[in-house]
Amino acid sequence: MIAEVGHAALWVAAALALAQLIFAAAAFTMRGAALADAVRPVAIVQGLAAVCAFAMLAWLFSRTDLSVLLVALNSHVDKPWLYKIAGTWGNHEGSMLLWVAVLGAAGAAYALLERQLAARTTIATLGAQAAIALGFYAFLLIASNPFTRLNPPAATGLGLNPILQDPGLAFHPPTLYLGYVGLSIAFSIAVGALVTRDVGPDLAKAMRPWVLGAWVLLTLGITAGSYWAYYELGWGGWWFWDPVENASLMPWLAATALLHSISVLAARGALRAWTVMLAVLAFSMSMVGTFLVRSGILTSVHAFAVDPARGSFILALLVIYIGGALALFGWRVGTVRQGATFTAWSREGSLVLNNLLLTAILGIVLVGTLYPLAIEALGLERVSVGPPYFNAATAPLALALMVAMVAGPLIRWRRDDWRETLAKLRLPAGLAVLVAAVVWIAAGWIGLLPLLGLAIAAAVAAGSVAPLWGRNLRRTPLFTWGMVVSHLGVAVSVAGMASESAFTQEVLVAARAGEVHEVGPFRVRFVGIEPISGPNFTALQAVLYAGRRGGAVHELKPQARSFWNPPTETREAALLTSGGGQLYAVLGRQESRGRWQLRLWWKPWVTLIWGGGALIAAGAALSILGRVTRRRRRADRTAYA
Amino acid sequence: MLWAPLAGFVLLAVLVAVGLLRPADRTVLSRMVGRPVPALVLAPAVAGKPGLSTADLKGEVRLVNLFASWCAPCIAEAPQLLALKQAGVRIDGIALRDARADVTRFLADHGDPFDHIGDDPRSTAQLALGSSGVPESFVVDAAGVIRHQHVGPIMPQDMDAILAAIEDAR
Repeated sequence: MIAEVGHAALWVAAALALAQLIFAAAAFTMRGAALADAVRPVAIVQGLAAVCAFAMLAWLFSRTDLSVLLVALNSHVDKPWLYKIAGTWGNHEGSMLLWVAVLGAAGAAYALLERQLAARTTIATLGAQAAIALGFYAFLLIASNPFTRLNPPAATGLGLNPILQDPGLAFHPPTLYLGYVGLSIAFSIAVGALVTRDVGPDLAKAMRPWVLGAWVLLTLGITAGSYWAYYELGWGGWWFWDPVENASLMPWLAATALLHSISVLAARGALRAWTVMLAVLAFSMSMVGTFLVRSGILTSVHAFAVDPARGSFILALLVIYIGGALALFGWRVGTVRQGATFTAWSREGSLVLNNLLLTAILGIVLVGTLYPLAIEALGLERVSVGPPYFNAATAPLALALMVAMVAGPLIRWRRDDWRETLAKLRLPAGLAVLVAAVVWIAAGWIGLLPLLGLAIAAAVAAGSVAPLWGRNLRRTPLFTWGMVVSHLGVAVSVAGMASESAFTQEVLVAARAGEVHEVGPFRVRFVGIEPISGPNFTALQAVLYAGRRGGAVHELKPQARSFWNPPTETREAALLTSGGGQLYAVLGRQESRGRWQLRLWWKPWVTLIWGGGALIAAGAALSILGRVTRRRRRADRTAYA
Repeated sequence: MLWAPLAGFVLLAVLVAVGLLRPADRTVLSRMVGRPVPALVLAPAVAGKPGLSTADLKGEVRLVNLFASWCAPCIAEAPQLLALKQAGVRIDGIALRDARADVTRFLADHGDPFDHIGDDPRSTAQLALGSSGVPESFVVDAAGVIRHQHVGPIMPQDMDAILAAIEDAR
């Protein structure tokens, strides 16, 4: 019964999306103008129906209802409860249902909250949002029904890929999806504004909370995903330039550029066409990202579903939405009025530079991700593009971006004197030189990129707090604090990346019980191997006593786990965090004669990478808070005036 | 200029459509086919049988088989290798990431068609040959040039192709 209710709710949502699209279109005709008032309520009910369908599927998974095919294929009676729920979106159909549920909910929230834009543009925006939702509902109902019954029911269920059985997974995909889909509102607003020829500062103000919110979630999702790959895959790295990682990075890069061009449009009325383009690009990258992950046309460690029929369906949707939006852009953007002008040496100029660099990095990642596909399509040969390309191509641009980041907030809007800016930059530049010199003297030559990374991180840290200089901190608006905290987060994260690549020490030993091995400042004693059993796996667990020389000793237990449903092995790293760095231990294979492979890394300051990511997200959250409270204060003032 | 983004996207869509509609063949073939065998000097993998070096692969057409005692498909492949030996094919082996006792037991259990068996404890020879998995077999002609690569186990239905490749190399 639950499955049938969910299935019906999905049909209802699809029907309402169709109605919403028709009403919105009719509202622009003479006779249908009265239908305009119906668009918002329909959008709200449509969102509720989509969320209801998803809730039904989650309920089926929590009960392990094995008469539902999807549950039987992806869950198991022995699975811990948290992973039963997480199993809802750990598969193709469920994750697509989550995607449309979030899309519907975002549309409903927009219909409830939007007060900034002209009524016509809001209606057009909701029409665009309905068109997107309709396509994805159709995809679920026709090609990926999550509620198909299985008759007779299965006895136990097949299980969930064990590498996905991790608290990180429970929240990682939903966070990213919320971020991806939050960008759909910016896309729809851009399309709506093009339809009504109403591209102006209001558009930026309407988009900003959605883009900021999506950006917070994308940042958190990417940060969490990076940490998950770091400790779960047991390879000691934190970013692998895997196609699926790139799929989440590309919308983030586009959204970051969008965020900055929005601030120009909102404050100065400039960069109109460019902001519209970025809004289209950001959600397009989200859809392309979802498509790349879900179609399986690029092989990766994340390869879940490989199904050309579904792939073709989603590709057709992408062609309609992205192609349609870009065609509308080409057709209508000529009518967008020229915004306010500015000179090259101005805040706007620095933000344009930021946009160009971010877009260039996005292009590099996109080309690198799709290059193997292009080469194969041309029938040449098979290649894979790895970290050497991405690191070499993006690092110089990223460093240039950070230089712009130091200077940008110190330059005035419209026009500024470059001599004045250079004078303000003396402190950050001096700090960078000092850090580089100290590192060089203390640690020797660590390589050009890590050294530059540490130096520029110091400059960004100094530059990020510089806008607070001489201000009354209590009266500084929250969104200025938000920028300061986010930029500081970038400095912290880059410092972590640079120090991880410069100072990591690694040893691989064939250890016998009782032996002591050294890595970095640590002494690690291999006590022995013990078998343990978990809820749905058995494992060999190494017991290690690790501590700094003369310091407290901690116990570390890296595991080699064997799951039985489905049969798979995973390696769980054990981590000891100490002074911002981490000792990272992985248990490998058994060698002959009672020796075990142990891989040990000491990674100084590595936690800064993710700490910085959290700071970046926290800064954006502060900005949202700042904008919302300011808007409310302003509304109060008008109410009492 | 305004239509450039659309043009770029159309290109991308065509590319992806091609990738979708032509199901990808995931086997990775070696770039070494058609080139001389790289310089190898491998120690004997088992007692009483010589190791393998590049010099051993000249003068006669040979089949070089990469195998391991821990590799289940290699067991499935073993009867075909014995049949090839019966048919007069000279076969050499390279044991990947293996222990001497395990290889000895594997040969005792599943037959030993090999003239030489080289030990490749760190997969260096495997990488030099451009092989991406076990088992894999290479046909090497009398001049020491790799003429054919077979990815995966040699199953009964593959025998004709292998024998034809060997005939070609002669």
